[in-house]
Amino acid sequence: MSISRFQYERWTPAGLSTVWTSCVILAALAVAPLVLPATAVEKLTTLWIYILLAVVWNLLAGFAGLVSVGQQAFFGLSAYLTLRLVEWGLNPWLALVGAAFIAGAIAIPISLYALKLKAGEFAIATWVIAEVVRICVMFDPLVQGDTGNSLIALNAYAPDFRRDVTYWLGLVAMAGFLVLTFRVLRSKIGSAAQAVRDDEEAALSVGVSVMQTKRIIFVLAAFGTALAGSIWLASAITFLPRTNFGVQWTVFMLFMVLVGGLRTFEGPILGALIFFVLQESFSSYGVWYLFGLGFIAIVFALALPDGLWGLIRQKRGGDLLPMGTLLKQAPIENEAS
Amino acid sequence: MGHMGIILSGHGLNKRFGAFQAVRDASFTLAEGEALGIVGPNGAGKTTLFSLIAGSLTPTSGTIVLEGKSVAGADAASRCLAGIGRTHQVPRPFLGMTVFENTLVAAQHGSGLPEGEAEDLAAEALSRSGLLASANRPAGVLGLLDRKRLELARALATRPRVLLLDEIGGGLTEAELVTLVALISDLKASGLSIIWIEHILHALLKVIDRLVCMSAGEVIAEGDPQTVMRDPTVMAAYLGGMKEHA
Repeated sequence: MSISRFQYERWTPAGLSTVWTSCVILAALAVAPLVLPATAVEKLTTLWIYILLAVVWNLLAGFAGLVSVGQQAFFGLSAYLTLRLVEWGLNPWLALVGAAFIAGAIAIPISLYALKLKAGEFAIATWVIAEVVRICVMFDPLVQGDTGNSLIALNAYAPDFRRDVTYWLGLVAMAGFLVLTFRVLRSKIGSAAQAVRDDEEAALSVGVSVMQTKRIIFVLAAFGTALAGSIWLASAITFLPRTNFGVQWTVFMLFMVLVGGLRTFEGPILGALIFFVLQESFSSYGVWYLFGLGFIAIVFALALPDGLWGLIRQKRGGDLLPMGTLLKQAPIENEAS
Repeated sequence: MGHMGIILSGHGLNKRFGAFQAVRDASFTLAEGEALGIVGPNGAGKTTLFSLIAGSLTPTSGTIVLEGKSVAGADAASRCLAGIGRTHQVPRPFLGMTVFENTLVAAQHGSGLPEGEAEDLAAEALSRSGLLASANRPAGVLGLLDRKRLELARALATRPRVLLLDEIGGGLTEAELVTLVALISDLKASGLSIIWIEHILHALLKVIDRLVCMSAGEVIAEGDPQTVMRDPTVMAAYLGGMKEHA
């Protein structure tokens, strides 16, 4: 084997320092419930859910081009399955995690149908599927139509304990998905997903298994969304089909990703932070608030397609965590021209 | 050329789109290391024939044999892995990725090599295509010549045994064509088998060993390039009914 005349740069010093800084922040956040007041812990749990939702929707729509407006199917399904599993006698904490895995598994048969459709058809189909799942769930006597149910089994635990465990569950799920998404995007599945997003036929012509790639990303995103749905149930306790399966979750995900920055790693996190602040300040305005969110998302999509992170990247001259691979070569290379 | 040396062949290929027959009973052979040119007026079915070979279209009837095995039922991705590399007439770069990432994804998925070797393969493909200087630029900023080079680099990164070039010279300047012809000649010299569809005859004739002419979906002439080009049916098809010595 000859020594390659090329070098490949994946980890820049900037990227490494971002990773170490993130580890320190996460460690601090892990012990935060021990010192923060109860309301702050609850609010931060909500923030972890938002970040998780934004990161997986960006993986799905931004990196793989699968623009789904029906991810609430998995968000609500996971909450419902938790209630079902608890009804069958499972420990509620185990049920929360187990339900997310089952909801992720249910995404496999759904993908067989949904992924045959493209672009607009795919988007509409995902919404229809979310509605169908909600209606099916409402037939269960446990849910009783619009009435819903509650995860009262969690009330058996002391409120402090319950709040802290939910917080940690949220933190681990969010951090876990940040790492997982990053690893996937840097792998050959990640490059295949981006190729499929850019041009399916060209991707096939260079050997990419288009269907398999889409399926992996779709199921992964469904699992992440389902996990968020479980944690939401653990913090809200109540399950209302029209809320947990509500299309507003898609509006939120779209908003966070478009405002923060589609197709960037940092953007959805930034978008979730912004959304969190807006939600805290304006959510009492109800429908008009949702209208405003949608309007801002459209403005960003048209005027700033790379979102706020795109602007910041321009100003600071790069990402905090570069995703791609740079090709470096020995300077003596003399290209024929 | 002996039968043993045939790397790719098509037998009685037909492709129908509703009432329109794009390819009609077309057969061809490609010997190992050979460069075969395909000419013909627009709409003759040349690109459709490539799509049948590469697996992006399924023939209505007929078979395609690669290295002694029928490729029927294999999709475009499997045929790429089996050794068929293709460039598109209108370049189709992955616009959200850098130039290097464009070839990297091809090397990772289309070459059949272990993942650790993909980066070198992708970089070499860029080097051969003269695109190293643009490696880390977004593919979207490339001009036409570089997009054509990227099509070629991406196909090369899949380690093809047979390379299908679809009008890769179209739209280029004379100087750019000279570079391109040198590059394709190099690829041929390295042992790659090539089928090249091209309207720019003087470029094509510098590289190819044998020429096929298609018209209205059919192969109307095949053989030595000079002989084919002097064939009255070819001239009639090409010159739209003008007399041979008009």
